[in-house]
Amino acid sequence: MKRLTTCLLAAGLISVPALAQTISYTTSQPLVLPHDTFFGAAAGVATNSKGNVFVYTRNGEPTITLGGSRAFAHGGSSLYEFAPDGKFIRQIGKQVYGFLAAQQVRVDKQDNIWVVDRYSSMVIKFAPDGRQIMLLGRKPESVDVPSSPDMGQGTPPGSGAQSDLFRSPSDVAWDGDGNIFVADGLANARVAKFTRDGVFVKSWGSRGSGDNQFKIVHGIAVDANGNVYVADRGNNRIQVFDNNGTFKSSITTGGDPVAICISPGAHQYLFSSNSNPVNDLDHGGEIAKLELNGTVVGKFGQAGKSPRDFGTVTGIDCRNPNSLYVAEIGNWRVTKVDLH
Amino acid sequence: MKTYLAATAAVSLLLSTVSAFPQAKASADNAPDLAYEAVPNFFQAPAGDYMGELQGVATNSKGNTFAFFRGPQTRLWQFGPDGKFQKEIGKGFYGFQFAHSVRVDRHDNIWTVDEGTNVVTKFNPTGAKVLMVIGHRPSQADGPYATPKGPNPPDEKYTLCRPTDVAWDQNDNIFISDGYCNNRVVKYSPEGKFLAQNGGSAVGKGENEYNLPHGLQVDHQGNVYVADRGNNRYVVLDNNLKWKTAYTQYGTAWSDCISEGPHQYLFMSNSNPNGNAPGSWARTGQIYKAELDGTPVGKFGHAGKIAPGWQVVHMMDCRNPNQIVVGEIESWRMQKFVLKGSK
Repeated sequence: MKRLTTCLLAAGLISVPALAQTISYTTSQPLVLPHDTFFGAAAGVATNSKGNVFVYTRNGEPTITLGGSRAFAHGGSSLYEFAPDGKFIRQIGKQVYGFLAAQQVRVDKQDNIWVVDRYSSMVIKFAPDGRQIMLLGRKPESVDVPSSPDMGQGTPPGSGAQSDLFRSPSDVAWDGDGNIFVADGLANARVAKFTRDGVFVKSWGSRGSGDNQFKIVHGIAVDANGNVYVADRGNNRIQVFDNNGTFKSSITTGGDPVAICISPGAHQYLFSSNSNPVNDLDHGGEIAKLELNGTVVGKFGQAGKSPRDFGTVTGIDCRNPNSLYVAEIGNWRVTKVDLH
Repeated sequence: MKTYLAATAAVSLLLSTVSAFPQAKASADNAPDLAYEAVPNFFQAPAGDYMGELQGVATNSKGNTFAFFRGPQTRLWQFGPDGKFQKEIGKGFYGFQFAHSVRVDRHDNIWTVDEGTNVVTKFNPTGAKVLMVIGHRPSQADGPYATPKGPNPPDEKYTLCRPTDVAWDQNDNIFISDGYCNNRVVKYSPEGKFLAQNGGSAVGKGENEYNLPHGLQVDHQGNVYVADRGNNRYVVLDNNLKWKTAYTQYGTAWSDCISEGPHQYLFMSNSNPNGNAPGSWARTGQIYKAELDGTPVGKFGHAGKIAPGWQVVHMMDCRNPNQIVVGEIESWRMQKFVLKGSK
């Protein structure tokens, strides 16, 4: 009966009760790293059309070299690829200049792999074979030690500068034409739009709590009609914009979003993680499955360290809306979640 | 005024940690000397490789010994029952930056305490899999932060601040001494949920206060024994972290160890401090063996650069109360001793 109800709910055949429906689920951790390799803070997870799984994780520390004039940072994060059964395939981009502090990984329609790095403030596009084919943003030349959270670039946090450089970006998404939308991010408070060839078109947003304003732009997703969904962490909402950045609505049924994901297919769903802060395992942590208009289909999970719990989810892959991967930055693991 | 006082306290703490806490002569030093033998060169590093500051030592039920030390990287090594190197665990692991303690629980899971990343990690018995992390490591993008220069920030349930040690009761509840910038003991459930704490972020010397809780152990009844290093005392708490008593006769309280078996003993290290003044080796450096109620049984060992002397004992393993493994900070080594009983 429960299953039937879930099916009916999923199909939108019956109205959703005011109280959020709990979705039953099972978890597993199928990804197996080579011996003596470990996930650190697992920031992003994504699958390609073949079911291969990509994880971008902070599992080392940047090496700071003390130059004659300034200090320079290199390394600290890794991108791994796994087969659909969880077997390790390869590490991609071991010597890439922009891998410092993993924030997100996404795979586009053509199976290109996109990495968002918070510390180098870069978005890096890899071809399916692992070649580096497009770069957005530029890694700051040097770092301050100790660094300030906004990397000491001299502008106040939250400015929505009309620039093609980012400050602590958090996520990337594409519309059907291949236009690129970058969530920027943890230091800036804006969304930046590029053409598929990387031409900077425009950006919108500033720090605040009104329409068109963000507290922390923590995630981004685009639906089949080109609408842009922005996780506005701290303001407890997902803001929806049209393809040109005109505000349409706010969704407040998914908690305070950190990671969001829109599934492909004829009937698209919006997943939103009400992730617990890393220093609080006693509240929140659940993931909401929503219709694109914000109607709650159901919720599942809670904060914690046990196998069925979530420890600060920062990445969701929902290519298959009934079988998700979540990256937990607090529990240093990637969990597969099957919804029933 | 209040701010001024707090700032003064913080500054004096900073100075005292930098220049080491003053050594304390143990008033129990009339305890009988225990006969003991050192096993020379028992632990053998792989050819051409080296151990650094030996912060953590522990054994599992199969007789393997684990060494957690600060080299150019923080590393965890496993040795066989014959003292020969077997393998390295967690090479390059994200939770290893500045070693402080390794302990093995009653299921042979290996736990590390790292005060550089502020993370306590539970490995499975082979060390191949991470089962749990407690605390969280700041993102690289937040940059390195020194120990806070002003008053310590308020303590939080799930944020550790340079934690020092980990232990468990027979129900697998987790106890963590935390640490160099908090001054408290925290109890978590076996699933890692916060249950209780004693102490807080502030330094103190009264009951339910600490000045650098530097190590801890739990006996079979669930009582918690905390090495309160800056206060020169070993604090005893009940299982809910309610204050019971403190043992003040054992000098500088660096590290403690409780043996297994039906009759448990408490070992306590009156470690000779970093930064030795002339004559200090004559007054500190011995390890005490006591009953759990604090009654001294005896003492053994002495400070020294040349083995079997030791240079700033940082941790002991005493699973077998007659076979003690000692890790030293300043001499970068791990030694094994066989206790023979009273002289």
